[in-house]
Amino acid sequence: MIEDLFALFLSRYNYWMAIILMLIGLYALIAKQNLVKKIIGLNIFQTAIFLFYISFADVTGGTAPIYLPEGPGALYVNPLPHVLMLTAIVVGVSITAVALSLVVRIYQEYKVMDEDELLEVMRRP
Amino acid sequence: MNAVIAQLPVLILVVPIVGALLILLAGKVNRNFSYPVTLATISFQFAASLILLSAVMTGGTIHYYLGGWPPPMGIELVLDAFNSFVLVVILAMALLTAVWARQGAALDIPPEKTVPFFVVFQLLVTGLCGMTITGDIFNLYVFVEITSIAAYVLVASGRGARSLIAGFNYLVLGSIAAGFIVLGIGYLYVATGTLNMGELAAMLPASYGLATVHAAFLFLMIGFSIKVAFFPLHLWLPDAYTESPAVVTILIATATSKVTAYAMIRVIFSVFTPQYITESFPVTEVILIIAAIAIIAGAVLAIAQDNLKRMLAYSSISQMGYIMFAIGIANQIALEGGLLHIMAHAVMKGCLFMVAGMIIYRTGITGIHQMSGLSRTMPLTCAAFALAGASMIGIPPTIGFMSKYYLVLGAVEAGQYLAAAVLLIGSLLAAVYIWRVIEIMYFGDHHEGALHSGPEAPLSMLVPVLILAASCLLLGLFVDIPLEIIGPAVTLLLGGS
Amino acid sequence: MRENVVIRTVSRLSIPFIQLFSLYVIVHGASGAGGGFQGGVVFAASFILMLIAFGLSGIRGRISEKGTMVLAATGVFIYAGIGLLCILFSGNYLAYAAIESALGIPHLHGLLIDLVEAGIGITVMAVMTSIILDFADKEGNIRD
Repeated sequence: MIEDLFALFLSRYNYWMAIILMLIGLYALIAKQNLVKKIIGLNIFQTAIFLFYISFADVTGGTAPIYLPEGPGALYVNPLPHVLMLTAIVVGVSITAVALSLVVRIYQEYKVMDEDELLEVMRRP
Repeated sequence: MNAVIAQLPVLILVVPIVGALLILLAGKVNRNFSYPVTLATISFQFAASLILLSAVMTGGTIHYYLGGWPPPMGIELVLDAFNSFVLVVILAMALLTAVWARQGAALDIPPEKTVPFFVVFQLLVTGLCGMTITGDIFNLYVFVEITSIAAYVLVASGRGARSLIAGFNYLVLGSIAAGFIVLGIGYLYVATGTLNMGELAAMLPASYGLATVHAAFLFLMIGFSIKVAFFPLHLWLPDAYTESPAVVTILIATATSKVTAYAMIRVIFSVFTPQYITESFPVTEVILIIAAIAIIAGAVLAIAQDNLKRMLAYSSISQMGYIMFAIGIANQIALEGGLLHIMAHAVMKGCLFMVAGMIIYRTGITGIHQMSGLSRTMPLTCAAFALAGASMIGIPPTIGFMSKYYLVLGAVEAGQYLAAAVLLIGSLLAAVYIWRVIEIMYFGDHHEGALHSGPEAPLSMLVPVLILAASCLLLGLFVDIPLEIIGPAVTLLLGGS
Repeated sequence: MRENVVIRTVSRLSIPFIQLFSLYVIVHGASGAGGGFQGGVVFAASFILMLIAFGLSGIRGRISEKGTMVLAATGVFIYAGIGLLCILFSGNYLAYAAIESALGIPHLHGLLIDLVEAGIGITVMAVMTSIILDFADKEGNIRD
């Protein structure tokens, strides 16, 4: 039984890795107090999704999807998910930039980076 | 002329993007140039959406292939009865908000920030148009993110430092939602190998039994539920609506939430099918129960608030429940009511948030208990609030009554009498929180004269509010006109011809 | 920032090659792996390296906030302009074939794709650089 589970894990290890990374990212987003660590969690979460897409696009033994001498008969890796993830990376960069600039502004206003302290400071006036 | 109309679906997206950068460059020359460019671009988009709606109503669905590549190779823009109707509604709201913003923006946005503010405002409207007309599900995600990033920035641009925290929380939850949406799209791609919505609808039924498809559906549902602030996932909404600038609250509460609800309905009914949610993976009951809880809980929380904007924000959660309720019933009449409610809620909530902004503009008051006797100094504003409030409660013959009437009819037809009762209870609770404000405005003692010294708000703010208040009444009286568009749209959604 | 001879010399040597490589990636985008976004990011990376090695004072005159904004707008205008040009030649948006067949020049679409990629590259480079400039303070250190 245990061996079966382990074999299942190994045969689909790329998806398991994506899921584990995703959960690490979600954990950091929810449980970390420091706002910058939350953004790092967000980035891990997004990277896990990129990995998921890239790994399901892979074809065993496939080559890069560039025109080769053997013509369209060659075995290619599916290029579409890569292009999609390029777009998602752009989105991720934009979100990170906005999030970081918000954190900088929050720090300038309150001089704290910690969520609990932030709630404390907000309650004070 | 026909050649121009054929290109309008893409021009409605490209012109405002170029316009947004023109705002940026014109703003470098003179700050005052930025507003006219914004108004001109949004007016163009609104005119284009009207032309497209009439073209769709006469000539049927429009398909536009970007780069001349037909799907599945390329991305297509699709305009049918459903989304061209949504497009007209949100662009009308965006136009009125832009008119309101001429003086309303100065309330929260410092003068040196007006240029970037209008650039992001324009990008938000563009993103909403893109979400509405795209026919490719990954493209939908990209436009969701363009819209969301613009919304995060706008929410955080309020004068108070609290708006930064509201913006940050919105960003964190919104990004998790977006992650779930991409995951769902990934599962759909794994199951079918296509991203075009039309092709997905044709290819998915073959694999309805697969766990992959169920996972995709659940991920998409959870992602969109966070984005529309469907009840247990609404935590970002009250702060974002309360702390953001008045203009931004109006735009997000009317246009953004409606387009996100549209995207959700589109995914449920046009990518998946009504058969999927009723037979293959029966979730309508669950959606109905959560929607009922959302209607009641949102209204109860709204009653407990003293800040007018926060009260309206909780009321939005309750009203989004009505739209989800239509999905839960999923028959012709209820969905007609749901789509009608998308328009009705945009009109009346836009009017109410505009009034809240005008009260702050003239008197600086946010608390409801301070508004006693306000009707004596701002009679037109308060009258607009009363009319839109009546529509929110659902007093005939307003548009709010008509949409709820259709929802109740749909629920009764489906045999869901308990659910129909929930709708009526929701209306009663709405009467409690709206009437409380009206009572204080009209019958409260006018004791704090100094606070209410301001006269009516300026004309550029008053005109949009009065237009919206009048349309609450007129759309209800002439409800046949929107229903002529909604009827075919619902038939399309339910898979008829 | 403290004087650091190694960092400055290595940066000075490698920055031209990074920029040349980014141009290669952009031009290569039409027919192979590469493209405007990747090339633009690599180009922006050279500016970021410059900023880290020489500080904000060291790059004054080369990059400015206003310059990046104008460049970002220019890139989008190039992209949108070529798309709209296709509409003028009665094709769909970004349908290069319409221009190619109207003018009768073979392989024109390759050139147009390169122009679009260059526009994307300019915008991405400008935006990435302006993000970093935004976070950098007057002393040229990345803010902590």
